Amino acid sequence: MKRAISKKILYPVLLSFIFIIMVMMPPYVSPYTIILLNSIFMYIVLTVSWALFSGPTHYLSLASAAFFGIGIYVSAILGDKLPLLVVIGLGGLISFLLALLVGLSSLRLRGMYFTIFTFGLSELIRHSVQWWEVNRTGTVGRWVIAVDHTTVYYVMLAILLITLVVTYIIKHSKYGLALLSIGESEEAADHIGINVNAMKIITFAISTFFMGATGAIMATRWTYIDPSIAFNPLFSFMPVLMAIFGGIGHIFGQILGAGVLTLLADVLLTKFPYYYMLLYGMILVIVVLFLPKGLTGLKEEAKKWLKVD
Amino acid sequence: MRILEGDGIIKNFGGLAAITNVNFYINQGEILGLIGPNGAGKTTLFNLMSGSLSLTSGVIRFKGENITGLKPHQICKRGMARTFQLVKLFGNMTVLENILLGSLFGTLTGIRQSNALEESLELLEFVGLSGMDGILAKDLTVANQKRLEVARALATKPELLLLDEFMAGLTPTEVSLAIGLIKKIRDKGITVFMIEHVMKAMMSVSDRIIVLHHGEKIAEGIPEEITTNPKVIEIYLGA
Repeated sequence: MKRAISKKILYPVLLSFIFIIMVMMPPYVSPYTIILLNSIFMYIVLTVSWALFSGPTHYLSLASAAFFGIGIYVSAILGDKLPLLVVIGLGGLISFLLALLVGLSSLRLRGMYFTIFTFGLSELIRHSVQWWEVNRTGTVGRWVIAVDHTTVYYVMLAILLITLVVTYIIKHSKYGLALLSIGESEEAADHIGINVNAMKIITFAISTFFMGATGAIMATRWTYIDPSIAFNPLFSFMPVLMAIFGGIGHIFGQILGAGVLTLLADVLLTKFPYYYMLLYGMILVIVVLFLPKGLTGLKEEAKKWLKVD
Repeated sequence: MRILEGDGIIKNFGGLAAITNVNFYINQGEILGLIGPNGAGKTTLFNLMSGSLSLTSGVIRFKGENITGLKPHQICKRGMARTFQLVKLFGNMTVLENILLGSLFGTLTGIRQSNALEESLELLEFVGLSGMDGILAKDLTVANQKRLEVARALATKPELLLLDEFMAGLTPTEVSLAIGLIKKIRDKGITVFMIEHVMKAMMSVSDRIIVLHHGEKIAEGIPEEITTNPKVIEIYLGA
């Protein structure tokens, strides 16, 4: 108990300290660092919000790209008409509303059926947008109003902070406990008074809000987008990989996984452009084989080894 | 007073009639037993009451209110809790968390977290699991898992508790402990409706017994009447 209390003081102090450094940093570092940090923030948000729903409930969603892409399109369509923050809010809100609809129609599906459904949904949206652009607007791509990197940085930092705070609050409330119980036994959860469907749908929708908002701000980085960029399935797979890589059960693990993999991809791409994907794939395979609990599992493994000796 | 009433209950699975026109009632404060051979429809009847299955036709009234068509979580909040034939715990969560969830979500009024915690610890002691609060549910013995499931059901503050084969797979010593626990639950003022195969236990603890066979109610009465009922003897002994 004593340790828990000291942690209660230590963590907020440490986190506020890190946050202050993050806020002060931009003038002192290179634009390259800012761009890299923006990518890291983006992947952390995608990973943490994906894991908010899929982690405890074990409903593996492959629809992150759909909601991220909706954010991107909101930005492309409304970016020059509305203030940036409104566009970002709308990106999140539209994703949230769509997720509610999707949730109502699909969360009765379980296991791999749910996974395939979400993947199919993502593809369906991509092709629908493509069809619309070709047949109605007459062009496939769109220009996005560019925003300077520092602004993107601050907006991403804010989204990241809100995502982490909301996730932390949900995880440590009774609803966090209920989400875990849904992953363990949905029928039992239902029978002790938990409105399983409502819990699943609302949590899913909340998680997609952050994905949509992130898509809306990150769209400004690409300046040109088309459906295959905006709804790239990689944005569905990466959060899953990153969460598994870091440790799916802990927010810290998810942050670590997203951070390390984004950095790794960047380093590999610049240092070994020809072997980038090969090396990346090998590292992933090794981690999944030897660290089934991800990087955060290292701590437990280390403890086991120490005990054996 | 009748706490639960079933009227003309019929349940068909496609062309298969699982429950055929069954009427039953439970008086407040009694222990009612439900017996019958495998496949008689006992668990189906429980599933209909707790809302996990919907009726083909008929009406179920709980405390005078028609609860037909309500979802399990709504029925639980109105005061009916259950356990499962094959224990359904939250295996990778701790014993305490399992009970806490029942306490936090099981009532219409809601509860403060600190009260829920206190209540859960009391229930842990009530079912005889004190000191095991931090253990993962999946690491408990079968007997203790069953007790935990009862504690979790009790945490939702039920007026009626449905026990589906609480004693199956227990040793004779554990069975007598289980009988003690069921009586303690009744003494708390909670009505108990139980399915059981352990006949000796059933006869000693029930106030009244219903016998199902092929989805039909073939007998109903106090334990002595049931043991001497020729129809019941015929199904059980195949004479």
